[in-house]
Amino acid sequence: MATNTGLAIEARGLAKQFGDLVAVDHIDLDVPKSRIYGFLGPNGSGKSTTIRLLCGLLTPSSGTATVLGLQVPGDAAELKPRIGYMTQRFSLYGDLTVYENMEFIADIYALPRTRRNARIDELLEQYDLVAQRRQFAGTMSGGQRQRLALACAVLHKPELLLLDEPTSAVDPKSRRDFWTKLFELAHDGTTILVSTHYMDEAERCHRLAILDRGRKVADGSPAELQASTGMNIVEVLADDPVVAQSVLAGLPEVTSITQLGMRLRVLVPQAVQDPRELIDAALEKNRIPADISVVSASLEDVFVAVTQKRKAA
Amino acid sequence: MKALRKLYAVIKKEFRQLRRDRITFFMIVGVPIGQILLFGYAINTDVRNLKSAVADQANSHLSRQFVAELRQTQVIDLRFAVETPKQIEELLRMGEISVGVFIPPDFDRRVIDLHRAAAQLLVDGGDPTILGVANQLASMPFGFDSQPDIARVRTFEVRPYYNPERRSAVNIIPGLIGVILTMTMMLFTAVAIVRERERGNLELLINTPVSTAELMIGKVSPYILIGLIQLALIVGVGQLLFKVPVRGSMLDLYLAASAFIIANLALGLFISTVSRTQFQAMQVTVFLLLPSILLSGFMFPFDGMPKLAQYLGELLPNTHFIRLTRGIMLRDASLADLGQELLVLGVFAMVALTAAILRFSRRLD
Repeated sequence: MATNTGLAIEARGLAKQFGDLVAVDHIDLDVPKSRIYGFLGPNGSGKSTTIRLLCGLLTPSSGTATVLGLQVPGDAAELKPRIGYMTQRFSLYGDLTVYENMEFIADIYALPRTRRNARIDELLEQYDLVAQRRQFAGTMSGGQRQRLALACAVLHKPELLLLDEPTSAVDPKSRRDFWTKLFELAHDGTTILVSTHYMDEAERCHRLAILDRGRKVADGSPAELQASTGMNIVEVLADDPVVAQSVLAGLPEVTSITQLGMRLRVLVPQAVQDPRELIDAALEKNRIPADISVVSASLEDVFVAVTQKRKAA
Repeated sequence: MKALRKLYAVIKKEFRQLRRDRITFFMIVGVPIGQILLFGYAINTDVRNLKSAVADQANSHLSRQFVAELRQTQVIDLRFAVETPKQIEELLRMGEISVGVFIPPDFDRRVIDLHRAAAQLLVDGGDPTILGVANQLASMPFGFDSQPDIARVRTFEVRPYYNPERRSAVNIIPGLIGVILTMTMMLFTAVAIVRERERGNLELLINTPVSTAELMIGKVSPYILIGLIQLALIVGVGQLLFKVPVRGSMLDLYLAASAFIIANLALGLFISTVSRTQFQAMQVTVFLLLPSILLSGFMFPFDGMPKLAQYLGELLPNTHFIRLTRGIMLRDASLADLGQELLVLGVFAMVALTAAILRFSRRLD
């Protein structure tokens, strides 16, 4: 158990502009060591660009970033042996076998030869790739490729792992297994920065930042975020949720409505005194029978709340 | 030590990928054999300004007039005046001249004698085009002003050196080595970096401690071996089917080829760093390949080309390599004789490799 304190990543006012497009808009980040830190956001929210800025692949338009005590992109060369990076797209060699890919990565990190083979065998075992040892990486399933990519990213035991949407092309079972591995790595002291657009994955992070169109709109632990939405969540169970939704959408107090099967999740700002009464009255007036209850916020509600807030502003 | 490990890792990876890439494998073997069989015939053309030397042992009024008339034809460009035919031979062997004029001491008497040639034209027969021109020169009418106006049967006796049987394959194949190596070597590395970028491998690679130089040199090294295999193939088939000789040292030939191969590979790498897609890289390669065929002296005798074309030609590695191969294979010249050409290739390789390394960006923006 690593008892590292302090920050693995510290960014201040980090920004990246491509022509007219502001991909990352003055982001501040504090990523604690030995933790899993998530970037949650839709496509185009700036997750990949931020990760590339942090590993020195892109030059920031403004702002500074310190990663493992080193300035990026200035000290990128010094940083590289200490970080592991998993690209969004599979970036190992499809025409090399699993073992050959791992051997290549081990060699370019200059792992001593005696330790190398033992380390590869250990990882093949851990990542359930023993049977695929001689298989070409290009012929493997999404889940297998992803395990190989992670195994290669951790081969040299990096202090910091940067994972760019690592689970976007794999099935739910593989996703669960993958996260188990991430927790093991964090437990052993590795700091992990992972981007995702899955709510359930974001919920598993120690801390996360919600990104929206290049801006960081919220950050904290999932529990903190859920407690500080500034919204009450009213769940409406109706026989005809579509009609109920059309009625509720007309209320000026309602921030957003999401349908989940027969249920509607209605977000109402906490400024509204009695949200339950508000919904109840509206439905009654239109003679729509429904069960109404106030529930606690999920991370998805947080996400909807913070992105809606920005749209309104 | 670490650098060597990393370099070795890149080389090993390249070899593994190469072994599995059937198209590349076909190019290594198929292109040379196909090209040798295709280029059966030379393309002849009119020639002017052949570099030449004269050894005027008569040194008479008549012989000086004769030389002046020769110059007026513009076919030869007199560069050297020497004493003996031996010196002409030496210049021919060094590749300094392609034609030599020997005027014997009894030139004046020979001019009158209609049964004997008046002078000798020593020709680098390695190039059939030049030989053709020499034969035209030989029938140039010349005589005393006072002589009856009869066309001379033969002013010159033509002595083709190095290719007495006048076979064009003998000249084509040494040049073809350069063309084939230019094409395959440049193409292999031109697509090398771009391909990794397109496939997404590069984003991972530039995030590892592998240095740009390790990556570049590692990518180039396997192809040096492949280029030498191609050379062996072309020379072998040339000897077998066309009886193309290798009169000089085999070692010299391989050394010269190594420098040339590295120059082309480095140029290919540079193309790879400036291209965005594999298609672009191939376009640039073809754009450079054409002058390597047309302006290098492979198709047309170099000395016969317009000055501007010659200056452009000097910038192409193939021009220098063709001088080396023809010299070594046909004229028994040694690398020492042709040191300058080898030096040019070496400088070219260093400059291109340095440019590629400097041009390669370890960032994505």
